[in-house]
Amino acid sequence: MPDFLLEIGLEEIPARMIAPAQAELARRVEELLQRERLLGVGHEVHSYSTPRRLAVLVKGVTAAQADLEEQLTGPSWKVAFRDGQATPAALAFAKKAGVEIGALAKITTAKGEYVTAAVHRKGRAAAEILTEQLPKELASLYWPKNMYWRAGKPERFVRPVKWLLALLDHAIVPLEFAGVHAANLTYGHRILHGDAALTVEHAENYLGTLETAHVTADVELRRHRIRKGLDTATRSVPGARWREDEALVDTVTHLTEWPTVLLGGFEAEYLTLPEEVLVTVMRDHQKYFAVEDAQRKLAPYFLAVLNTQPAERADEIIRHGNERVLRARFNDARFFWNFDQRIPLESRVEMLKSVTFQKQLGSYWDKTEANLRIADALADAVIERGATLDKSALLNAVRLAKTDLTTELVKEFTELQGVVGGLYARAQGLGEGVAQAIYWQYSPAGMDDPIPPTVEGQILGIADRFQTISAMFGIGLEPTGSKDPFGLRRAANGIVKILGESKLPLTLADLRETLSEKDIGLQSKLMAFFRERVEFYLRDVKGFAYDVVNAVLAAGFDDVRDVIARAKDSEAMRTSPDFLSVCASFKRIKNILNQAMEKGDVVPDSVVPDRFAEKAEIELDERANVVKIAVEKLSTHRQYRAALEQIATLRPHVDLFFDKVMVMVEDEAVRRNRLALIAMVLSSFSSIADFSEIVTG
Amino acid sequence: MPATITSSSPIAKTAPLTFQELLFRLQTFWAERGCVLQQPYDVEVGAGTMSPDTFLRVLGPKPVSIAYAQPSRRPADGRYGENPNRLYKHTQFQVILKPPPADIQEVYLASLEAIGIDLAEHDIKFEEDNWESPTLGAWGIGWQVMLDSLEITQFTYFQQCGGIDLDPISGEITYGLERIAAFLQDVDSIYDIVWARDPKTGRTVTYGEIRLEEELQFSVYNFEAAEVEKLWEHLRLYEAECQALLASYGDSFSPESEKQADRHEKIHDRLVHEGDATPAAEDVRAQQRRFPVLGAYDLCLKCSHLFNLLDARGAISVTERVGVIARIRALAVGVAKAYSAQRNT
Repeated sequence: MPDFLLEIGLEEIPARMIAPAQAELARRVEELLQRERLLGVGHEVHSYSTPRRLAVLVKGVTAAQADLEEQLTGPSWKVAFRDGQATPAALAFAKKAGVEIGALAKITTAKGEYVTAAVHRKGRAAAEILTEQLPKELASLYWPKNMYWRAGKPERFVRPVKWLLALLDHAIVPLEFAGVHAANLTYGHRILHGDAALTVEHAENYLGTLETAHVTADVELRRHRIRKGLDTATRSVPGARWREDEALVDTVTHLTEWPTVLLGGFEAEYLTLPEEVLVTVMRDHQKYFAVEDAQRKLAPYFLAVLNTQPAERADEIIRHGNERVLRARFNDARFFWNFDQRIPLESRVEMLKSVTFQKQLGSYWDKTEANLRIADALADAVIERGATLDKSALLNAVRLAKTDLTTELVKEFTELQGVVGGLYARAQGLGEGVAQAIYWQYSPAGMDDPIPPTVEGQILGIADRFQTISAMFGIGLEPTGSKDPFGLRRAANGIVKILGESKLPLTLADLRETLSEKDIGLQSKLMAFFRERVEFYLRDVKGFAYDVVNAVLAAGFDDVRDVIARAKDSEAMRTSPDFLSVCASFKRIKNILNQAMEKGDVVPDSVVPDRFAEKAEIELDERANVVKIAVEKLSTHRQYRAALEQIATLRPHVDLFFDKVMVMVEDEAVRRNRLALIAMVLSSFSSIADFSEIVTG
Repeated sequence: MPATITSSSPIAKTAPLTFQELLFRLQTFWAERGCVLQQPYDVEVGAGTMSPDTFLRVLGPKPVSIAYAQPSRRPADGRYGENPNRLYKHTQFQVILKPPPADIQEVYLASLEAIGIDLAEHDIKFEEDNWESPTLGAWGIGWQVMLDSLEITQFTYFQQCGGIDLDPISGEITYGLERIAAFLQDVDSIYDIVWARDPKTGRTVTYGEIRLEEELQFSVYNFEAAEVEKLWEHLRLYEAECQALLASYGDSFSPESEKQADRHEKIHDRLVHEGDATPAAEDVRAQQRRFPVLGAYDLCLKCSHLFNLLDARGAISVTERVGVIARIRALAVGVAKAYSAQRNT
C-alpha cells in the first residue's frame, strides 16, 4: 500500500503556533482518508514540522477506494409502474441510478412496495480525492492570527505559502492551494543548504532528504538534540548544569530547523544584579538557558540555541555577537536599577496617583488605600486568633506593594513586578518582612506556583486579590462564560490556594467581613463565585472525585483548609461498605423528607420519645444521639476520619429502622415524630458533608 | 574546552562599514532593485512608518517601491546620552514594497550580505513580532529578524493602515541603523560608532561627536523643560486645524454630502455663465485633487509628536492616554480616507 506525504512550505511560522497546527493537520488528513475509505489496515500517521514547514506522512494508504455495492431506493412501485409500463418517475430513477429499466426491482417495506436498484460504484483513486479535498482541509486550519498576502485577498493563512509537496509514493498529487501547485520539491536550511530546491523521489525518503539539506523535520528528534546539546555544552564548565526550562526548550525547538547549542559567558560583575533580573533577561528576552554552578547558584554563562551549524571561526563570531547583546541587556538592566534608586519606593507612593488601576475604580493609589483597609482588618483577625504577625511590616508592605509599577525596571521587565519591588525594598533597607511580602505578592500566579512563605506576604496577597475581585464585581465586571479579562478567576484561585495551603487562621467569612457597606449586596454573588473556585481547587488541583466535592461543599466551604480535610477523609471512607450504606440511607432520608414536605407535612424540630412505638426507632434515636456527641467532639478537632467511622457505625441501626419501621404511616403524630427522627439523623451528620451526594451505586 | 569569558572581537577582517557607508550600501542595494530613494521626511515622526511615503503610499492599488532613511524621534526613550543603547532619536532605514515580491525574504537576506554580513558565519532567525500602531490605525503581521540574538530588522506585511484594509498589501522592511552599525563595528556604545572616516587621513568622526549633544539637550527639553500647558495648547491648535481641513474636505467631496450637489450647481452655474463648456464634474475633480490632504497629514504628525512629548513629560495619565490616542487616530483615519478618496478621482 502506498505512503502519502504532504508538506506545506511557509515563511517562518510563529513558534507558539506550530505544535497545535501540526497536530491539527495530521488529524485533518487522517480524518479525510478515513472518511474517504482510503486508510489501509495498520496504517500509521506521522507528522513533522519546522518553522518553515508542516508535514504529514501516512503509511498504508489505499491507492483507490474499494468499489461499493449500493442498494438505492426509489419511488413507490405504484407510481413507477402503471399497468406494467414504466412511468417517467421510473425512468428518472433508473437514469439517476445509472441502470436499465429492466434492472429495477421491487422491495417491500413497512411503508409499502418501492422500486429499488442495485448500483455498483467504482472506487475513486486516492490521488483524485486528495487533489479535490485537501485544499479545503488546508484552508480550514486554525491559526490564532492570520494574514493576507496575495492581491485580491483570495485567502488568509498564518504566513505566505511558498511551496507544496504532495506524493503518493513517488507520484505527485497535483493539488493546488493558495496559488501554489504541488510538486515533488522541498527546500533545505536557508543558510546551510541555500535556495536550491530538493527533489523528494519517494514519500518514504522525506526525512532523509531533508536531513541531507540540514533540516531535521522530526520535532522530537530536534528536541532531543537540543537537550543533548545543552548537556554537552554545559559539560565544559566543571560542576555546572543548565537550568531546566521545558517551555524554553519547546520554544527553541520550534525556532530551529538544524539546532546546535552554543555556550557563552558574561562578566562576573553582572552577578551582583539580582538573579531574577538576570534570568528574566536571559530566558524571556534572549531565549538563553541559564547555567548554575554546583551550589545551584547562577554562573556567568549562558546557552544559546542556534539555527545553524557554525564552522570553527563562525562559532567564535556568533558567540561574540550573543555575548555583546547580552552585555548590552545587562547594562540596560543595571542602568535601570541604578536609575530607579534615585527615587526610593517611599517617595513613589504619591506617584501611584497617576497610574490607573481601572478607569472607574481610580488609580493604584486608590487601590492601595483599599488594600490597606482589608489587610488591616485581616491582620487584626489573625492576631486575635493568636497567630504571630508583624502588623507594621505588613501594612508597610501593602502601602509600598504597587510602587514598583512606577520604576523603569518594571516598565522594561513587566513580568518582574512585585519581585522588583521586593528587591528594591530590601536594597533600601525597609526590612526583610516588608521585602518578602512585596516580593511574593503575585504568587501563586498559577496553581503550580508556591504560596508566599511569610504570613505578611500571604495576607498581602489575599488582601490585594480580594480588593480587585470585590471592586470589579462592584462595577459589574465579573467574569462571564469563558471571558475573564481581568483574571479574576485566577486571582480567586490564588486566594483559595493561600488559604488552603498556609497556616493562616482565616476563612472566606473573614474576607466577607471586610466588604464595605455599599458592597454588602455583592456577598451572595461573590460567595457563589468563590464556591466555584473552591470546587475547582478541590477537583482540578487536589483531584477529589466530583461527588465527594459536592458533598463537602454542601456542608460549607468558608474554611478552605477544613473543606480540604473533610474532602480527604470523606474520599478515604468511600472504601467502607458501612459508610456507603449509610450514605445511601441518607439519600433515602432526604427523599422521604422531601416527599413529606411536598405533601405539606410539618417536620417537628425535635422528637418526642414517648411516641416511639417500635424498638428500632428507639434504638436509632439513642444510638444517633450517642454518635452525634462523639462526631461533634471529633469534628472540633478536625478528626474527620474518626468521625466518619463513627457515623458508619450507625449502619445496622439505620438498616433495622428502615427494615422494621414505616415512616409515612396514617397516624399524623407518629408519622411526624418519625420524620423528626430521620431529620435529626440527617442534620446531625451533615456538618462534614452532605452524604446523600456521595455516589454509592 | 571551557568557554573564555567574553571573547575578543573575531569579526574585523576588513574595516567595517562606517555609519554613513552603511546607509550608502543599503540605498545602493535597494536602488539596484528598483526602489525610488526618498529623503527623510521633514516633520517629526516616531518611526519611518509615519512618513507619508509609507503611511499614505501603502493605501490604494498603485505599486510602490521606495526606500529612505528616517530619523525617528521618541522623546520618552531619551536617556540624556547616558545609556549606551538607547536614543531619543534613532535612524531607521525603511523599505516599502507594494506588492511584496514572492522572494522578499531572500532579497532581504541578500541586503545583509551587501552590508558585509556573511550569513554563513551567523545565526539568523525570523521570530514572530506583529506590529501595531493604535495612533495610526495600522497593523501588520511579521517578524523581528534576529542576527546572533540581536534584533536588527522589523519585517512587516502591512494589513491595515489608517483603518483601511489594504489590497494589495505592502511589505515593510525597517532596519535599525544604529544597532546594525554598532554590531558591524563591534562597539558596545552607540556613541562609539564611527560615523565617517576620512579616506585620506583616516581620521574618524564618531556618532557621539555628531549626536551626543542633541541627545542630552533634547532629553532635558523632553523630560524637564517642555512646558506642559503650551504642549497641550499646541496639540489643540494642530488638532483643530487638521479637523477643520478634514471637515472641509468631507463637506465638499464626500459622495453622500448634500453640499456637494450645491457645489456642483454653483460651479456649473459659474461655468455656464462664463460660457465654458467643461463639464462641472471635471472641475470638482480638479478641486478635489488640489485639496491639501497632505497638509492635514502634517498636522496629524505634529499632534502625534506632541502627544509623545506630553507622554515623556509624564503629563498624560493612563486614563487620558487612551482618549488622546483615539483623538490622533481619528485624524489619521480621516486623512487616510480622504487620501484614498482623492486617489480615486
